This record gives sequence, C-alpha cells and structure tokens, in this order.
Amino acid sequence: MKRLVVGTWRWLDDRFGISHLIGPSLKHLVPHDARWWYVFGSATLLAFIVQVVTGVALAFSYASSSSQAYETLQFITNEAPFGRFLRGMHYFGASAMVLMVGAHMAQTFLFGSYKFPREMNWTTGVLLLAFTLGMGFTGQLLRWDQTAAWSVVVAAEQAGRVPWIGDFLAQFILGGTTIGGATLSRFFAIHVFIMPALIFVFIGIHLMLVLRHGIAEPPIAGQVVDPATYRVEYEERMRKTGRPFWPDGAWRDFVVGTGLIVVIALLAYFIGPPKLDDPPDPSILNADPRPDWYLLWYFALLALIPPQVEGYALILAPVLIGILLLAAPILNNRGERAPSRRPWSIAVVLLSVIMIGALWIQGARSPWSPNFDPPPLPEKVVGATSGPVFEGAKVFRDRGCLNCHLIDRIGGRRGPDLTYVGDKLSESDIVIRIVNGGVNMPAFGSSLKPEEVNALVAFLQSRKRSLRTENRAAYNKNVATH
Amino acid sequence: MNQVTIDHPSPQRPLTPEEITRRRFLEKLCIGLSGICAAILGIPLVGFVVGPIFRKTTGKWISVGNITDYEIGKTVSVTISDPSSLPWAGITAKNALWLRRVNEGEFIAFSVNCTHLGCPVRWLQDADLFMCPCHGGVYYSDGTVAAGPPPKPLIRYDVRTANGQVQIKTMAIPITTTL
Repeated sequence: MKRLVVGTWRWLDDRFGISHLIGPSLKHLVPHDARWWYVFGSATLLAFIVQVVTGVALAFSYASSSSQAYETLQFITNEAPFGRFLRGMHYFGASAMVLMVGAHMAQTFLFGSYKFPREMNWTTGVLLLAFTLGMGFTGQLLRWDQTAAWSVVVAAEQAGRVPWIGDFLAQFILGGTTIGGATLSRFFAIHVFIMPALIFVFIGIHLMLVLRHGIAEPPIAGQVVDPATYRVEYEERMRKTGRPFWPDGAWRDFVVGTGLIVVIALLAYFIGPPKLDDPPDPSILNADPRPDWYLLWYFALLALIPPQVEGYALILAPVLIGILLLAAPILNNRGERAPSRRPWSIAVVLLSVIMIGALWIQGARSPWSPNFDPPPLPEKVVGATSGPVFEGAKVFRDRGCLNCHLIDRIGGRRGPDLTYVGDKLSESDIVIRIVNGGVNMPAFGSSLKPEEVNALVAFLQSRKRSLRTENRAAYNKNVATH
Repeated sequence: MNQVTIDHPSPQRPLTPEEITRRRFLEKLCIGLSGICAAILGIPLVGFVVGPIFRKTTGKWISVGNITDYEIGKTVSVTISDPSSLPWAGITAKNALWLRRVNEGEFIAFSVNCTHLGCPVRWLQDADLFMCPCHGGVYYSDGTVAAGPPPKPLIRYDVRTANGQVQIKTMAIPITTTL
C-alpha cells in the first residue's frame, strides 16, 4: 500500500513538477535565530485562509440582496448546520487577522526589517494592512442589520468630506442617493471579489519578495545595513549559519497557526458570532451604530477631534498616516536595525499602541453619547419625596438633563458629573449655566419655565458632599424635626 | 531525444534592421491589442459600477397625512417610502423624517441624518432637543446646533400643505461636504 502511494506521488510529482516548483522555496535558508518573533506573518496568512474558507462556506447561503440578506443571516445563524459556528469563525478570524497583521507590522518596524533591500516587502505589507481593514469594514456592512445600514451612511458622510469629489464618492458608496437596493450588492462585490483578489495578488508579491530578499535576521546592535555590502554579507551569513525553512523554521509557524485556529474555533463556539441588530430599516430611529472593535478607535477619534479642524483631519490624517507608512523605508533604509539603537522606533510603536488603546477604551465607553434611557433617580439619591428638591429631580430627568449628566452614577456621561455640583457652583452660577448653556451644553432658557429653573436649582444645590446619600436621611429627619 | 531547433537569432548575433522593425511592430501590436481588450472589458465595467453616481433622481412630492393628524408644537417621526427605489430594496426603501407642526399652517420637516456623520438623531420631546447617539451632536427644536460636533443645522425637507394634506418633497441623504 505504502509502495503504491509513494509510487503514485512520485509519478504525479514528476509530471506536475511539484517538488521542482516549491522545493527551493521550502528549503530556502532562513536565519538560525529567527524564532518566535517571526510567526506573525504566517499567522496573518493563516487567518486570511480561515476567512477565505469560512467566507466561501457562508456565501453558499448568504443572499446579497438588500431585502433578503438579513433573513439569510438569521437562517445561517439559527438554522443552518454549523452556520453559527462558521459566522463566529469568520468574525474571530477577521479579528485575528487584524491583530496578527498589526503584530507583524510592529515586529518588522522594531527589527528594522523594512530597510534595504526589503523596502517593497514593507510597502506591500502596508497595502495589505489597508486591505485588511477595508475587509473588516465591508464585512461588518454585510452583516446587513440596522448598525450596518447606518454605518454605510456614516461611511458615505466621511467620503463626502473629500474635497471636490466627496459627493460623487458618497453616492458611489450608497449606490445612489439613498440606501436602497444597490447598496449592499456593491459592498458584497467589494468584500467578496475585489478586495480578496487584491489581497491574493499582494500576498503573492509579498511572499515572492520574502523569497527574493530572504528573511531579515534578528537585529544586532552595531550590525548596520549598508546597501553596498548588505546582500553579500547576508548571503555569506546564510551560507554559514542559515537553516532550511522547512522544517527548521516552519515548525513554529505550524505550532502558532494551530494555536490560532484552535483559539478562533473556541471563541466561535463559546461566544459565537456578533448578535444581529434590528433589521436594516432606515425608518427605525432608535439606532446606535458602532463599528466592530478594530475600528472603534477611529469612531472615538471622530468624536474627539475639535470640530474646527475635523473636516481636514478626517481626510488628511488617514492620507498622512498612509504616506508616512509607505515612505518609512524610503526615508530610512540603512544604518542600525537594533531597537536599542533606534529608541524612537520603540517610542513610535508604544505611542501608537497607547493612542489606539486609549481611543479604543473611549470608543467602548462613548462618554460623548447621551444616555437615552436613564432610570429615574431613586428616592435615596434624591433625598426628598416632595418639595422643590423632589420637583427639581423630576425636571432633571424629564427635561433631558439626566441624559447627559451623572448623579450618583446614574445618567449620561456626556456632560460633567453633577453628583457634587452644589459644592462647586453657586446658585447664580447654576442659573446662568441652565439658562444660557455653556461649553458643549444647550441653553434651556427658552424651553424651561421659571418654576422649573427654580426647582432644578434647588435640586442641584442639594448635591453636596456633606449631604451624601447615607447622611441625607438623617439630614431630612433633622429638617423635619425642626 | 530529438532536439527541436528553432532559428532564433542568438543574443550573440546582432539583429538585422528588418528583424528589429518586425519585432517592434509585433510588440506594439500585442500592446495595442491588449489595450483594445482592456477597453472592451473595462469601459462597460466602469460605466456599470460608476453609473449610479450620474443617475439623476429628482425629489417627488408625497403626502404624509392630514394636517389635522399633527398637533401644534409637537415633533413626530414620519415614515416615508422612497418612490424611486429599486424593486428589490425591501425595507431599505423606507426612510424617516422628523416633522414639526409650528402653527396652524406651518410645518418644518427635518432630515433624521445628523450633519456630523449622518447617524439618526432622536427627538426628546420633554427636553425639546434632538440628540445624536453616535458622537453626541445636539440640536434645538428648530434644527440649529446646540452642542457637539455637527458643523451645521439639521437639513430641512421642502414641505407644503395642499388639500388638507401635508406633503414632503423627497430628497437624497444630505451629505456634508468640505468643498
């Protein structure tokens, strides 16, 4: 039996030339000390393969029609065998791909692997990062629910800010002038055909370049890159100490890859795919569109940019970041590779992680968004069951103050926490703020009656540290006794 | 094994002027034919994909109910259906707007799209404000900006009354442009 299999393989190998074709690639020499730091590229590739496999499977049941996609997603999630699991795999596979491509990029940058002669490895990698994020965004839209539909509008509005051609771009995204029949199918075409094709092409180029220039060795302080001598030195080092990629280098990729797939599968099984929101009906206005986690930081950025410069930042910031990333190897393609001799590279990576992390946390909390459905303030917090303080608490909730302000951790976070506002502002200060508004606060002078303002002031003045919840009852009792 | 030989000019032998001319011609022929093939495929492709941008849709007046259906001083959401939608648009052909009856005969119809980034603003009747869930844009009852990042007031629909009916002129999703 074994003989038959071996014989068949040899015959096929001879006719197809498989070993001849991929043998040299598998056996190409890699640095002997390229170990666990070097697994992120193959992990990204594996995550992409997961996406292709699960995406093809999902396409068997998904209908890219604006009127039917939501129902097919419900069918996939709730009825189709393995449908929920495959959707989960596709979602967590996308997350893994974003994480791995980020880690791969950070490692490449820190190791100075983008320098001569691997400039184009880096450039194609930057484009692959952009395509990956593009896939993430378009993929979220194919989850054709209320959030997806409104996200298309947000994307069109952002595109609309591009000078001169913004209107055209917005209409291109919408597939017309409004969300409708043409909207989803174009995102489906982009997500399923155009972007994967681009990713395949650029992965091919990226891998070809890896083979052409070899894998950069772990950097050593003092071992500088000189374009005049680097290639000869690298080849010499590989001849002396290199190891064949298969299996000496590849086994770590297989270990990490298997771990990655297991983690994706476990998450898909136990957590499952993101829940479908309401149907994509643009007339349902109780929507709260949020991007998936990997673009949440950008969502936060859009809320925090000062409005005066937002128009420019929306367009120029991504363009500038793109240019900087693409130009990095052109601006600096020689010299030291070791991060210890390039402390600014550590600073850039750390700052990027901190910045994105901080924005991500803010995006998850979204303190700028009003709380549309705050519970009424409990009697214990209000500290009164009748009188001006009680009436003021009622006005505070009914007139929308509680949508934006916290009182004892109840309410919205859009405006300042007013739990102890009585300690900070005098009566006249409070009246002025309510009537005239303030920084980022509407003026209520024309919509509140004088008695409502008075009640509000009484309530807010009673928000004092000395009258904390636990003391308030005693205070009230004391007031009642006297 | 039989060796098949073709009489190619070897790199060592210089090309004759005829060969050069013929080769240049064949090169240009191939490039030209490739261009024609690309155009045959590409022009309809681009036209098909980009076509919707140039499709002009004009607003249409549609009725959204009797005048008496609306209370003076109240702002309510009204659902409309895009009359020029594609047949397979399904529920995505629906749209909403905020309609405010100002007095006996005056109505204001606001687009639901926040002028910041298009999210659907909600009307808080008691607060007398529109609020946006995405980035915290706030508007007064007349649509002017009260707080947050919106660069301009809520966009208004054309609205009129005729034969006891309130009518709205449909329009595109308002896109806030830089230039």
